[in-house]
Amino acid sequence: MLILNDLTLTLNATPLVRLNLQVPAGQILTLMGPSGSGKSTLLAALIGALPAAFVQTGSILLAGQDITALPTAQRRIGILFQDDVLFPHLSVAGNLAFALPHSPGDTRQSRAQAIDAALESVGLGGMGPRDPASLSGGQRSRVALMRALLAQPKALLLDEAFARLDTDLRSQIRQLVFEKTQGIPVIMVTHDPQDARAAAGPVLSPLGQVLQV
Amino acid sequence: MTKIRPSLHAAGSLILVAWVSGPVLAGVWGTVQIAMSHPDGAGQGLRDLLAWRGLVWSMVGSLGPGLATTAVSLALVLVLLATTAHRPGFAVLRRMVSPLLAVPHAAAAIGLAFVIAPSGWIARALSPWATGWQVPPDLLIVGDPFGLSLSLGLVAKEVPFLLLMALTLWPQLDAPRRLTLMASLGHGRVMGFVIAVLPALYARLRLPVYAVLAYAMTSVEMGRILGPGLPPPLSVQITLWLTEPSLASRPLAAAGAGLQLALVALALALWRGGEMGIGAALRTLQERGIRGLRVDRAIGGWGIGLMALILGLTFAGFAALALWSVAGLWEFGSALPARLSLTVWQNAANDMTRTVAVSAALGISVAVTATVLAFGVIRRPGLIPLIYLPLILPQVAFLPGLTALFLRLGLADSAFAVGAMHLVFVLPYAVLSLSGPVLALDPRLALTAASLGASPARIFWRVHLPVLLGPLLTTLAVSFAVGLAQYLPTVLAGGGRIETLSTEAVALASGGNRRLAGAYGTLQLVLPVVAFALAAFVPRLVYRNRSALRGP
Repeated sequence: MLILNDLTLTLNATPLVRLNLQVPAGQILTLMGPSGSGKSTLLAALIGALPAAFVQTGSILLAGQDITALPTAQRRIGILFQDDVLFPHLSVAGNLAFALPHSPGDTRQSRAQAIDAALESVGLGGMGPRDPASLSGGQRSRVALMRALLAQPKALLLDEAFARLDTDLRSQIRQLVFEKTQGIPVIMVTHDPQDARAAAGPVLSPLGQVLQV
Repeated sequence: MTKIRPSLHAAGSLILVAWVSGPVLAGVWGTVQIAMSHPDGAGQGLRDLLAWRGLVWSMVGSLGPGLATTAVSLALVLVLLATTAHRPGFAVLRRMVSPLLAVPHAAAAIGLAFVIAPSGWIARALSPWATGWQVPPDLLIVGDPFGLSLSLGLVAKEVPFLLLMALTLWPQLDAPRRLTLMASLGHGRVMGFVIAVLPALYARLRLPVYAVLAYAMTSVEMGRILGPGLPPPLSVQITLWLTEPSLASRPLAAAGAGLQLALVALALALWRGGEMGIGAALRTLQERGIRGLRVDRAIGGWGIGLMALILGLTFAGFAALALWSVAGLWEFGSALPARLSLTVWQNAANDMTRTVAVSAALGISVAVTATVLAFGVIRRPGLIPLIYLPLILPQVAFLPGLTALFLRLGLADSAFAVGAMHLVFVLPYAVLSLSGPVLALDPRLALTAASLGASPARIFWRVHLPVLLGPLLTTLAVSFAVGLAQYLPTVLAGGGRIETLSTEAVALASGGNRRLAGAYGTLQLVLPVVAFALAAFVPRLVYRNRSALRGP
């Protein structure tokens, strides 16, 4: 469960975000609104990267823990952007290994197996040694998704994550993301009403207005 | 932790401010003190200076080449950009010019002298069949009283610098679309460039231009090799006074340094006045709606032609250095030596090895330190004007004071002192080289890594450093090359005890042994070339399977 407790974000005394809500595991909350309306600002605040010019009040609770003051690395919130933002210096498997946390008793072999299984589960079996730049757009999106999930996040943010994909690929990747994130709360920022309809969850503006799509 | 960061950041800024401006300010202060240390009272150094008979001509020798070099270099770069930036061959030109930045001034100057001197390559190739000269003519070409060959040498070095600075800025200017727009309004290429691109370009190019002006007025090694002799340009004369074995001339030298500083300030003020005058004239031109179609025809091939001449002379100079170092008998009147011989290389092998080792060790340690510090400076754009301070203030104005300071701290005449001095001049170039790539880095890389649970240290070592491998190695190479080229800081801080390729090459340039001077000049060329080759090759090897990072 992701809880925003009277979370407000203001810039120069103008409120951009005012939200008081709960996103249970398995729900996808969609945020829509014109450019500059504060959608991305909310995601920045949730992930712990709010630019200093904004003033934040209220609190953010994730899985029962107050994470409002935690640095990004300790929040356990994953994010997917418009672009895949794969690390260009690492192989596909290297990108996944970067995300995979160390657990007691894991070996080189067990980690490699976990990575192979993750790739296999999105139809990319055997792609581990490849250069990310040599993959197609859809393949890169799937690697980025699995990289975010291997870090075992407790919530996932989608920052117009499907905007760059063409129509066919878009619904396919969208479906995959929604399938894979059923166990955690998801907040999605989008311009596309189809994304919102597919999410089948509440649709809000950054100021908390309920929107119809 | 988040609360500690801002104060750490401020402390870091403070340290960097102190590092960059401290030596300069302390140096100027120290120079003033030396000027006042004369046993006959504080004003005696100044009175001695005013009584010196060469004063006026040495000032002319500083101002003339300084202003001429800056005006000609800037004009040439602008004409080149206006007339050829859109042509396909421009990329080739850029690739030819980039390595020239790494060439030490001393090597370039010696090479040029080997080509244009009365006994140089051109005269040898044309004699006696075209000129009728059986012996080198008694012409004062190198070291002419008006500083023409000095200006030529400086232009050959500063045009690549300004061109590359302008090309770095080019993508920020939206130039192609602006130029197309001007053309669609019926303007000629040059006029369109002047109206739509030049104001934005020059605003960003101003500090590099000032650095060129200050450098051209005060370059000691170029002035010694190519400049007038009696009297030499002011900065060269100051260096001669400073390096006299007796300390008696040091107040005189310090007074001269003060004068040189005032002279640079005067030249900068003159330049600024010129900027404003030309700016006003251009605005009038623009408001009158002049399309300037005839300007294109008039300027036409001048840019490319002059650039080709400069590149030709420079590369001929490099060839001349290498050729002289292996020349056996080479009589005047033959275009090439009659025999080749490795005698010089064999005889001086021990000295050369030692000098190369000292230069390389110094260069590498300075380059690494500068690159690390540059990382810290880059995210503080407020420091950029400060970074230029050591490039705009004349070296002779603050190095004497800084040397005195080292002396008082017991650090003078040591490799440490030389390295610390080099760092003052290398750091600005390291910052210039690294800031573009670092600022262009996608901030979402770090954010993504953090959202995956990576600590700041892990993000730095495992994401930023590997992604920046290419730019970091280039910065190391630039820093290495700049450090290797330093002459005056080496002479003053090393007290003549630290011999580097620069000090040896400059010392040999005025001697009669062309073969040895050619050999040291060649070595001075080869070391930076090796550094740049490594910087280009290593990322290609490491990232041979990573097309996004393989580099151009």
